Amino acid sequence: MKYVDEFRDGTLARKLADAIAREADPARNYAFMEFCGGHTHAISRYGVTDLLPANVRMIHGPGCPVCVLPIGRIDMAIRLALSHPDVTICTYGDCLRVPASDGLSLLKAKARGADIRMVYSAADALALAQKMPEREVVFFAIGFETTTPPTALVLSQAQALGLANFSVLCNHVLTPSAILTILESPEVRELGTVPLDGFIGPAHVSTIIGSRPYAFFAEEYRKPVVIAGFEPLDVMQAIRMLIRQVNDGRAEVENEFTRAVSEEGNLKAQGLVSEVFELRRSFEWRGLREVPYSALKIRAPFAAWDAEAKFGLEFVSVPDNRACECGAILRGVKTPIDCKLFGTVCTPENPMGSCMVSSEGACAAHYNYGRFRDIPVVAGTAS
Amino acid sequence: MCLAIPARIVELLPGDACRVDLGGVRKEISLALVDGAQVGDYVIVHVGYALSKLDEEEAEQTLALFAEAGLTGSSLAAAADEGAA
Amino acid sequence: MSLAGTIKKGYVRPLDLKHGRVDMGHGAGGRAMAQLISELFAAAFANEHLDRGDDAAVLPAPAPGERLVVATDAHVVSPLFFPGGDIGCLSVHGTINDLAVMGARPLYLAASFILEEGFPLANLARIVQSMAHASREAGVPVVTGDTKVVEQGKGDGAFITTTGVGALPHGRDIGGANARAGDAILVSGTLGDHGMAIMAQRESLAFDSEIASDTAALHGLVAAMLDAVPAIRVLRDPTRGGLATTLNEIATQSSVGMELDEAAIPVQPQVAAACELLGLDPLYVANEGKLIAICAQEDAERLLAAMRAHPLGERAAHIGTVTADPNAFVQIRTSFGGRRMVDWLSGEQLPRIC
Repeated sequence: MKYVDEFRDGTLARKLADAIAREADPARNYAFMEFCGGHTHAISRYGVTDLLPANVRMIHGPGCPVCVLPIGRIDMAIRLALSHPDVTICTYGDCLRVPASDGLSLLKAKARGADIRMVYSAADALALAQKMPEREVVFFAIGFETTTPPTALVLSQAQALGLANFSVLCNHVLTPSAILTILESPEVRELGTVPLDGFIGPAHVSTIIGSRPYAFFAEEYRKPVVIAGFEPLDVMQAIRMLIRQVNDGRAEVENEFTRAVSEEGNLKAQGLVSEVFELRRSFEWRGLREVPYSALKIRAPFAAWDAEAKFGLEFVSVPDNRACECGAILRGVKTPIDCKLFGTVCTPENPMGSCMVSSEGACAAHYNYGRFRDIPVVAGTAS
Repeated sequence: MCLAIPARIVELLPGDACRVDLGGVRKEISLALVDGAQVGDYVIVHVGYALSKLDEEEAEQTLALFAEAGLTGSSLAAAADEGAA
Repeated sequence: MSLAGTIKKGYVRPLDLKHGRVDMGHGAGGRAMAQLISELFAAAFANEHLDRGDDAAVLPAPAPGERLVVATDAHVVSPLFFPGGDIGCLSVHGTINDLAVMGARPLYLAASFILEEGFPLANLARIVQSMAHASREAGVPVVTGDTKVVEQGKGDGAFITTTGVGALPHGRDIGGANARAGDAILVSGTLGDHGMAIMAQRESLAFDSEIASDTAALHGLVAAMLDAVPAIRVLRDPTRGGLATTLNEIATQSSVGMELDEAAIPVQPQVAAACELLGLDPLYVANEGKLIAICAQEDAERLLAAMRAHPLGERAAHIGTVTADPNAFVQIRTSFGGRRMVDWLSGEQLPRIC
């Protein structure tokens, strides 16, 4: 796979590891947050941690749309599907297993008779509505700025077609406002208990929004940001660039992912999104609570295709387990093993908190890929 | 994250669609979000949509930067490379 | 499969295998069922035991000292026909492989069919022919069977359960609890082919590729392996849940850890690419014609050579080592240079967007 395999090369990884070890100042510690679950996944999946010096620590941020989706939003979809036999809910595979209230998930609701279908693309949901005019097809849309333009596109197509049996339950959220929440958290801003020396910025989100929106963080909060691709060499190079910025006392937005990200981003997609969506005043994120202006809702001209308006759906907030430390983990205050629930009552099969929900969440990534590190090394006989 | 992968356009299809190739696997995707993509271009594909074109020159430059990593810093790097080899 | 072979030719029109469909009568026990059995099943599977047409097959006892091994496997697959195979040959291979990885010599199969009313007889005939072909090729006859029909909407075309009987030579002990620290872990070929061949056919995911299911009967390969290394400790076919889940099962059963070398694990480029597209990991994708073998390190070279000499093991590879680890963790050295765990599959493997 061209432009994939080259960015996973083990020989280059060793060279980058050497360069990082050389450039990191042994007299200090570095703590960087990779905002996106994509980076968290790459770090865990490829074992990037093993290639970093001990004084470089990665904090796993809240950038996994499945993880931050509040239970109450899934409940809305489940209630709708179970109470309206004529409704078919379409969603991405990721959403199906997210636990909701009453021990349900979309997959379990399906087992109770709800018509829930997995789609690969928003376009598939639209096509399904055209194919089944007798049913109400509701697309349960999640995702960051990356996944939003396709949803905008199907909404405008539905409007153009006058497709009355299609609507969208919109859960699209915005990256910059979540980063802002982390920077504004007392531990980072006032208490300084979480040393946060910089961010690895989103890869694919940035293909849409460009590198410009991060300038504010660099300037206002004096935090370096390096936008990086999701392949492991991209992550390592970004870490190296962040270390250089810290060493030089710089706080700039740099772009490692120049092969796909420009300063202004994808203007066509941005235009489409702003035509269809507007900001929500506030939106609940699992682990971060209410975050102002952090999500999108469907604009009034498209109200006929807004499932919330069409079916009168109400959001009811559902608190996480009290012992759950996801909020602190997402802000870098704690690590998964600091949580009493981790690996005991909270596992990928039975997630209690947001970080365990998707394999990109900090807890699930550590559970699935890294928990051997918590246990003293046993003498192996591996050759 | 947002799972997306670079794939090469092998055929333009009617209605803003195209067929892409990824390591021998072919899939029809939408080009509605990018302008001016041509056969032979690499695009970043997410949920069946091309999000942006991949700039091949930039990709080569980034790879060249990786490759240089081991060469800079002269003697230390050489020692590290020997040690690892 | 009671044949009720009393229908006189000429009294009944032959089954319409071109346009006919399964109806409730085909499972009702009357003439229609007898006709389906004689014209389709009995004709395809014909062998001395089935031909007797009794309610059960009477079979010779295994050789003295040999033990009987029984395995049963229910087959549901959607779609029923896929590149590289169909539910028919799959149902034969699956059960033969369950016997083979115990080190047993597969002898006989029993098959039962649950058919959905309305299912085209042409499709059923295709499935049965494929099963019969697979069974003859493997030298393991279907000696008895059963057919039921469920109302439309209560099945998915056809479900097939096969039960197999095999003979296990005296003293042979192959099982998931036998792995020991230091042992070598081998696989017989590329991983994930079957699962991705199926996935490619799903309407919601459809992509074009040349990926074909690896469905195959492995008892010939196993026999060749046992000839080379009689002391193989563990054999298992990594079907659902893929290599990762199967290795975790063995690690747990044997209370050992494992360390794999990612670079050594064979995956076809197209399977790897399809996995990238869907956000899946080939280590968790199903196989139907591959096996994992664990043997003493000193036997590994010989076993690998025997596997590679067999057509079904050409791409066999030595992928890792069993370690002493009371946590039974399966770990992997990534090609990138790091380490991680390879855990059990969580839930069903679903394509991801993020």
